[in-house]
Amino acid sequence: MKAMVYRGPYKIRVEEKPEPIIEHPNDAIVKVTLAAICGSDLHLYHGMMPDTRVGMTFGHEFIGVVERVGPSVQNLQPGDRVMVPFNVYCGSCYFCARGLYANCHNVNPNATAVGGIYGYSYTCGGYDGGQAEYVRVPFADVGPARIPDWMSDEDAVLLTDAMSTGYFGAQLGDIVEGDTVVVFGAGPVGLYAARSAWLMGAGRVIVVDHLEYRLEKARTWAFAETRNFAEYDDIVVELKRSTGHLGADVAIDAVGAEADGNFLQHVTAAKLKLQGGSPIALNWAIDGVRKGGTISVMGAYGPIFSAVKFGDAMNKGLTLRMNQCPVKRQWPRLFEHIRNGYLSPSEIVTHRFPLEHIAEGYHTFSAKLDGCIKTLIVP
Amino acid sequence: MTYTADKPALAPSSDELRARIPGWGADLDPKDRPAVPRERFDRAASGAHWDFPDRQPEKEPRERSIEHGMLPPVFGTSVPLRGASGALRRYAYARYSEGRAAHWLLLVLADRVDAWESHLASLATLRPDNPITQTGVLSEVRHHPLASRRGTRVDRSHTWMDPVLVAGPWALVGGTAVLAVRRVLGRGSRRRR
Ligand SMILES: [Zn+2]
Ligand SMILES: [Zn+2]
Repeated sequence: MKAMVYRGPYKIRVEEKPEPIIEHPNDAIVKVTLAAICGSDLHLYHGMMPDTRVGMTFGHEFIGVVERVGPSVQNLQPGDRVMVPFNVYCGSCYFCARGLYANCHNVNPNATAVGGIYGYSYTCGGYDGGQAEYVRVPFADVGPARIPDWMSDEDAVLLTDAMSTGYFGAQLGDIVEGDTVVVFGAGPVGLYAARSAWLMGAGRVIVVDHLEYRLEKARTWAFAETRNFAEYDDIVVELKRSTGHLGADVAIDAVGAEADGNFLQHVTAAKLKLQGGSPIALNWAIDGVRKGGTISVMGAYGPIFSAVKFGDAMNKGLTLRMNQCPVKRQWPRLFEHIRNGYLSPSEIVTHRFPLEHIAEGYHTFSAKLDGCIKTLIVP
Repeated sequence: MTYTADKPALAPSSDELRARIPGWGADLDPKDRPAVPRERFDRAASGAHWDFPDRQPEKEPRERSIEHGMLPPVFGTSVPLRGASGALRRYAYARYSEGRAAHWLLLVLADRVDAWESHLASLATLRPDNPITQTGVLSEVRHHPLASRRGTRVDRSHTWMDPVLVAGPWALVGGTAVLAVRRVLGRGSRRRR
């Protein structure tokens, strides 16, 4: 089969690879019909995630058709159209039994601090991902769901991570009616978080980024106020000024490891890989939020230490809430919101690349060319 | 205003927002939010029909974090350990917990070694690594490289590093090879004289 393959930092190609096989009785093999490149795939692509091996196939956002199932699979049959959460999880360990599907203990030998993620390095379990023609899906009775007939393929693939994670980020903010919510990052997850913050009753939503075309999308599509941090000498002061010098009630970090805006932080993290992530957005969140406020983090960070302004968080009495999103827990509610027209994930898709041209897809997305916001991959 | 008890009145009223924004307030009640409370004990909710999953066969020794009490029942098999990078990785897993910086820094080092080993090995195949096609830079032509970089983008301050990071190692190898060849040839010609 054809699959995207990692060849080292900034380098990928399409290779002919053996088709995946059933390795466990509850596995399914899924023929991918649509996949996406996620902002967090760029951390892998840039070589920032420890134990990303040459030869791995990325892709944790994908949908497809069940091709084969293992002998213990009860809920799926060949031919079913399925959407697959980015989490690989067993459904039965201590954490899964409590709904912490992103923190499963039974699927990742390489790290106890991380759950399992498709196509996301050995640190996340060593699974191949869905930017390929076929993919192995462990625990087929637990993770995948049949795609409802009324749902479009593009909405379905965006629910496997980005839309669910954005909504989850707003949820982690514990928003109450009238709250001022600042969202750092106007990428797909940030845009979805901004839209979701309104559903939870936000009074103001302010989106911060440096890419003007994305801020434009935040204004027109997510109904948000925007601040281009490159236009301010100090974005924290601007956030204080905009909130009557109180600070925001809630700040959401939808940027993660490759945050930009401070040369030293960005270069030590993204280029020299000496930090687990550049915590620029997180530090702005800590300083820009009000005392007693809440910070929500679902931008992805690696396991190496990051230079976070922890003292400010402590002295301000902040609540820091964070996790990888337990995707399938979000779905029933998000399906309702999509049906009601409250959320429309596919409206932010800007680019669609065939699998053969995926190297160009990654470059266009990584270099933010051509107004790129969300890129889909068609096998 | 901040220095007194009331919150600065800067937000529009809820009625105004409800009229303007689709779905505003639909999830005002935390009970409608799907992952609230964060932990909810329910064995049956996930669809798992086992207490402990069947074990996936371990076809070759699988490295694992020493913070695990045993090999978890299911794991990825994308690219098993191999070569010098594999030895580094095996050592990082066997010796240091995830709590130790050495664990992660060794894994990062192994990633660089892996890329090197793989680039070199690819030279002996029918399809050697090609930094031009593999970086996707050819897509620049069709995607407005100049217009896309106008404006307030802050990443312009370090974009120049990307080609250095990507091509630098290749240039280094090429340069070293050229020097080595010249040296060998030079020695040969001197001897001939
Ligand atoms: Zn993702
Ligand atoms: Zn589990």
